[in-house]
Amino acid sequence: MTLSKGDFDDPGDLDQIFLDLVEIENNQMSNPQTTNNKQQITNNQQQITNNKQPTTKIQTEKLSLYYRAKPAFEDVTMSIATGCITALVGPSGCGKSSFLSCLNRLKDLMPHARVEGSIKLGDLEVLDPKLDVIALRRRVGMIFQKPNPFPLSIWKNIAFPLREHGIKNREEIDSIVETTLQDVGLWDEVKDRLKDSALALSGGQQQRLCIARALALQPEALLMDEPCSALDPISSSIVEDLILSLREKYTVLIVTHNLAQAKRIADYVALFWFQSGSGKLIEFGSGKQVFESPQHSLTEAYINGIRG
Amino acid sequence: MTLWKLKISSLFNRLQSQADLLLISILRILATITGAIVLFIVFFLILEAIPVLQDEGIVPFFTDSSWNPAEGLYNLTPMLLGTLFVTLGSVLIATPLGILSAVFCQYYAPAKIAYFYRRLIELLAGIPSVVYGFWGLVVLVPLINSINPPGTSLLAGIIILTIMILPTIALIADASFAKIPEEYLIGAASLGLSQWGTIVGVVFPAAKSGLFTGVILETGRAIGETMAVLMVCGNVVQIPRSIFDPMRALTANIALEMAYALGNHRSALFVSGLGLMGMIIILVVASEIINEQ
Repeated sequence: MTLSKGDFDDPGDLDQIFLDLVEIENNQMSNPQTTNNKQQITNNQQQITNNKQPTTKIQTEKLSLYYRAKPAFEDVTMSIATGCITALVGPSGCGKSSFLSCLNRLKDLMPHARVEGSIKLGDLEVLDPKLDVIALRRRVGMIFQKPNPFPLSIWKNIAFPLREHGIKNREEIDSIVETTLQDVGLWDEVKDRLKDSALALSGGQQQRLCIARALALQPEALLMDEPCSALDPISSSIVEDLILSLREKYTVLIVTHNLAQAKRIADYVALFWFQSGSGKLIEFGSGKQVFESPQHSLTEAYINGIRG
Repeated sequence: MTLWKLKISSLFNRLQSQADLLLISILRILATITGAIVLFIVFFLILEAIPVLQDEGIVPFFTDSSWNPAEGLYNLTPMLLGTLFVTLGSVLIATPLGILSAVFCQYYAPAKIAYFYRRLIELLAGIPSVVYGFWGLVVLVPLINSINPPGTSLLAGIIILTIMILPTIALIADASFAKIPEEYLIGAASLGLSQWGTIVGVVFPAAKSGLFTGVILETGRAIGETMAVLMVCGNVVQIPRSIFDPMRALTANIALEMAYALGNHRSALFVSGLGLMGMIIILVVASEIINEQ
């Protein structure tokens, strides 16, 4: 591994320390378990490449977000493939979550946030000020790090947003509640206590309920902001399997700090990095390419720095 | 060396625990005094109410032909109903007004206006009740008089009380909305729920217990309010047949007659005081039950 200072626009001290650490890690890399893992991933990626060429669901063009004058991320151009899982990775504070919050215009809730560039969802310009944000958010759902079911019953958590979106027929609502809860594997666990408060569920169940609540609106894309990081390992793996099962039916964008998770589930990986005072997209490609032959030296350092 | 240190630290601990003991006993005494005051007041009320209750029993307070203590007639029903009507009317109007004003403050008003508005409501809470009563007498009563004489009426009482208890419910609703976790609101927004849909479907259920507490506190204030009600309601002892009829509240009854009441008359006023106390106790118990749920 050869890295020179010239590779970075803004080589901070921290970067240097980080790279030193990476070097140490690399020397320990040649254990058989890792190779094994890699093999699995290769198989995984093989399956994806066998599928037909995916179309673009969301296309961002030179997208930047500023809080007052301070940029969160700048000049992100990315096309997000339909029916695939795209993972956004990178250190904290490099704009991954901010990027997500632009795609469903949730950044509208933050005062002093200003966006530049363009986001196309199909033919729709997401950043159009005249856009019907409510309709957009029905098409692009979002899941958060901390499960956030409403303080209502389990049934009402799903039914209430449906009613708000004009589905009033009780039988139709009941059937949507049942099928979405089945989709997230929660139906058997809660079918006898749909009237109980959702807050009584465990963290993992709450997160699955939140996913069910989003799926009930039949969105085209799901934005997930570290959906597993507040969960215990078992719940986390259940939710991860659930996310995998969403592939093809939904376009999933997931922010994760867990590189192993990104390797396991992502068709595409985007690496964000804090550079020259703001977050930048420094590498984007298929999971196979990013993890096996990273183009950018920082990517290589980052993915090797944390052992899978 | 270490032994010294140990000794010093144990001495210090003992001193500290002695200071704690002193503090605890002072706090116990203060708490006992506070609790005893309430008990003494109730005890005193009962003591003063006993003579008339022994002479007449409880039934005449509801069945006598009128309130005329000089002739031994003690019907409190008109005053009881007066208090009930004026409280119910003002709570029914003030609750939605107060809650909606808090909704406006929290979710619709720009930050500067919300800040100014809150200070204004706090000011409303601080105005002495006699000033409200005076304003009611000078402005409200003549206005109602021009619509339907005499002007001093149940309606005037309801309007004055509404204004007086509005800050209570508005400020409590505002505080309970502010306590709602932000995740709920962000979650609702990301599901594409409208602002109003979020408020009705998520905010109100989440703030339910706070809102109930607000309603109970404003009801307590409305029941207990004396001065303003006395000044604008006309104080005729009768069951009002319309909102334009004058009426007398229990509190006003005590304030008006206490100065010259003697014997069983005086004792009967304490019975009505006991009745008011009973209503407040019921409200406090209700709010405790709601808060525990």
